Amino acid sequence: MTAYLVRRTALLLASLALASVALFALLRLLPGDPVNALLSVGATDAQIEAARRSLGTDRPAGAQFLSWLGDVVTLDLGSSLISRLPVGPEIAARLPVTVPLTLAGFVLAVLIAVPVGFLAAYRAEKWDGPILNGVAQLGLAVPAFWLGLLLVTVFALNLRALPAGGFPPAGWSDPGAAVTALVLPVITIALVMSASLIRYVRAATLDVLGSDFLRTARALGSSLPAAMWRHGLRNAAAPVIAVLAIELATTFLGAVVIESVFALPGLGSMLTRAIAQRDYPVIQGVMLVSTFAVLAVGFLGDIAQRVADPRLLRGHR
Amino acid sequence: MKRAWTAVAAASALLLSACGGGGDDTPVDSAGATINIGSVYEPQNLDNTAGGGQGVTEALNGNVYEGLFKLTDAGTVEPLLATAHTASEDGLTYTFTLADGVTFHSGKALTSADVKASIERVTAETSKSARKSSLAVVKEIATPDDRTVTVTLSAPSISFVYNLSYVWIVNTAAGDLTTTADGTGPYKLGEWKRGATLSLTRNDAYWGTKAKNAGAVFHYFTDATALNNALLTNAIDVVTSEQSPDALAQFENNPAYKINEGTSTTKLLLAFNDRVAPFDKVQVRKAVSAAIDNAKLLNSIWGEYGALIGSMVPPGDPWYEDLTAVNAYDVEAAKRLLAEGGQPNGFTFTLDTPNYDPHPTAATFIKSELAKIGVTVEINTITSDEWYTKVYQERDFQATMQEHVNDRDVVWYGNPDFYWGYSNATVTDLVKQAEAAKTEAAQSDLLKQANKIIAEEAASDWLYLYPQIVVASSALSGYPLNGRNSQFFVYDIVKS
Repeated sequence: MTAYLVRRTALLLASLALASVALFALLRLLPGDPVNALLSVGATDAQIEAARRSLGTDRPAGAQFLSWLGDVVTLDLGSSLISRLPVGPEIAARLPVTVPLTLAGFVLAVLIAVPVGFLAAYRAEKWDGPILNGVAQLGLAVPAFWLGLLLVTVFALNLRALPAGGFPPAGWSDPGAAVTALVLPVITIALVMSASLIRYVRAATLDVLGSDFLRTARALGSSLPAAMWRHGLRNAAAPVIAVLAIELATTFLGAVVIESVFALPGLGSMLTRAIAQRDYPVIQGVMLVSTFAVLAVGFLGDIAQRVADPRLLRGHR
Repeated sequence: MKRAWTAVAAASALLLSACGGGGDDTPVDSAGATINIGSVYEPQNLDNTAGGGQGVTEALNGNVYEGLFKLTDAGTVEPLLATAHTASEDGLTYTFTLADGVTFHSGKALTSADVKASIERVTAETSKSARKSSLAVVKEIATPDDRTVTVTLSAPSISFVYNLSYVWIVNTAAGDLTTTADGTGPYKLGEWKRGATLSLTRNDAYWGTKAKNAGAVFHYFTDATALNNALLTNAIDVVTSEQSPDALAQFENNPAYKINEGTSTTKLLLAFNDRVAPFDKVQVRKAVSAAIDNAKLLNSIWGEYGALIGSMVPPGDPWYEDLTAVNAYDVEAAKRLLAEGGQPNGFTFTLDTPNYDPHPTAATFIKSELAKIGVTVEINTITSDEWYTKVYQERDFQATMQEHVNDRDVVWYGNPDFYWGYSNATVTDLVKQAEAAKTEAAQSDLLKQANKIIAEEAASDWLYLYPQIVVASSALSGYPLNGRNSQFFVYDIVKS
């Protein structure tokens, strides 16, 4: 396990380094010029040049990359080209929205998907199993923003039970309002995410239900719940954990759309805006933090998978 | 298995119902009320000389910061921090007297030194102010005493006083104005939660008439649907500028809301590159203009809202004249003009179309209209960023569409180097003379003459004037309707 951990950590760091280079290079391949966002119609050539100089975008790309990397290592993500405000604190200010949103959506999705997926597999031969599976398939086809708008129409506009969007100005110091603001976005994320999770849980459960070891355990006199608990769960867990890690990462990135529909001041809305303005330091900062989160989730997922099913470690000896 | 089913259903029901809450419908007394304002224009930063964008004007201009003069919502220029001013006979020297008893929010008294420093911030080399070029005529600023400012210009500029209404008088000792503010206005800056809200609180030590409400919170949205939903759920009281025609239907015929149409200054232009063939021919530009049914276009996009103006001058400008009859819709005349312009069989051109509404819709409409006179339009959709580089900077285009938001901007046609390349020595001269005019009446007269020539030569096709729509709760009154130059004065707003 230790050897695996060392190797996996090295891989994590290498991926991060590679990602930072790719990020920097890709952004500069995009057409357009950040200076445009700063100037209005009527700007003279001299103004344009001066603005470019003050942004530092007139320097060679290599020099820009090295100075950016140097700052990142010292945890300085630079300043926005547009607002001149430091990127690090800006990102930190957005995390209290995006992180609870993503995690709550994820947990709720798991709470929905595990029982529903199990039922869909267990009742596969009956009338309700296929229906559950069908609903999940349908859920896959529903775009997140559409579901969000639907929930807003029903629960905010018609029933007036929940706010249509926004986040309280006081933030988490007004916990009631903050939680209320997140209810609909969390449900949206959870419903969309659970649709795909249900399929995986169902498939994993079907595998286990049809497995030799379960049949053997039952033949030896174990009840189904006991056999599932002792043998089935572990075997079903490994593939589901892998999928969960991917889903959590996807949710983190997918929050962009949800944050926009619900006007939430999270990382997603920050990124959308920065992209529209070609605000390189902000895009780089948000993408770097997101990339790190995705890689870290993958890292933890891999470890959890090996804890759940140590057979996976054998291949690495 | 029945029990498992019940458990799943119960758990889901619990999760869905755990989220109570409710709308905030508590009535408030108006002087203590906080006005919640919805907008899509979040400031980039808080400094209007550092590229803060139109959001910073909307939230802070007239509310937190004040100028020597104020551009009212009606479009007139009134004295504010300058109680009186005189101009020398040659129009080169202006002397301003400052109002008494004005203090910044920090408590420091306003002096002529602050005014000098504030004007110099706008004209400084690093300034990104849109007014920088208009104030380039400022040669020297003197401060003979604490209450008097004398400005010497290098050339007469009748727009000088108007331009000063854009110059914030700031306490330059206040520190970094991109994140903090220290003005003389009726509100102090509260807190700016980036990506979400910006709050203003009433300045009880204000030197003038105090605000009629306790403060305001600007709520920022990137999505128009989310913005309108916020108004529908009472999360906000007013939308400063409705950008989505489709959204209006849900507020029409609803007594809880009021839709107000003010006087806009935003024009949608079909701008030709007047340097290149065939648009270097006046007849061709006139033909294209006459072949497009602007009224039908406006109606299909905005319904009953908006207006046609037939020129670059909106009704809010002092030199407005209705020129819709010039190059009015007339397909037969268009065909004739096309032949006169040497293109009897029509021609093909590329229309660089910004990719956001309403440009793609308008481009398709123009394409079908021009097909009637044998002109083929190839629509090339570009981002606003590409527009700025390709069209504005490199002038690499045949025709394009763009919305021009500012008031008093017909003067750009006097600059042959501007992106659309309209060049007419008479117009250039008239614009120059107008700026050097002794009286506003003379200025108006000269710009009317210029605008008429510009319209008759179809320098561009002015498709329509956008509506300026403020949608508000019926309980609200006293809000500005015209939002001139994105200003949104909060101090008179009352919630009943």
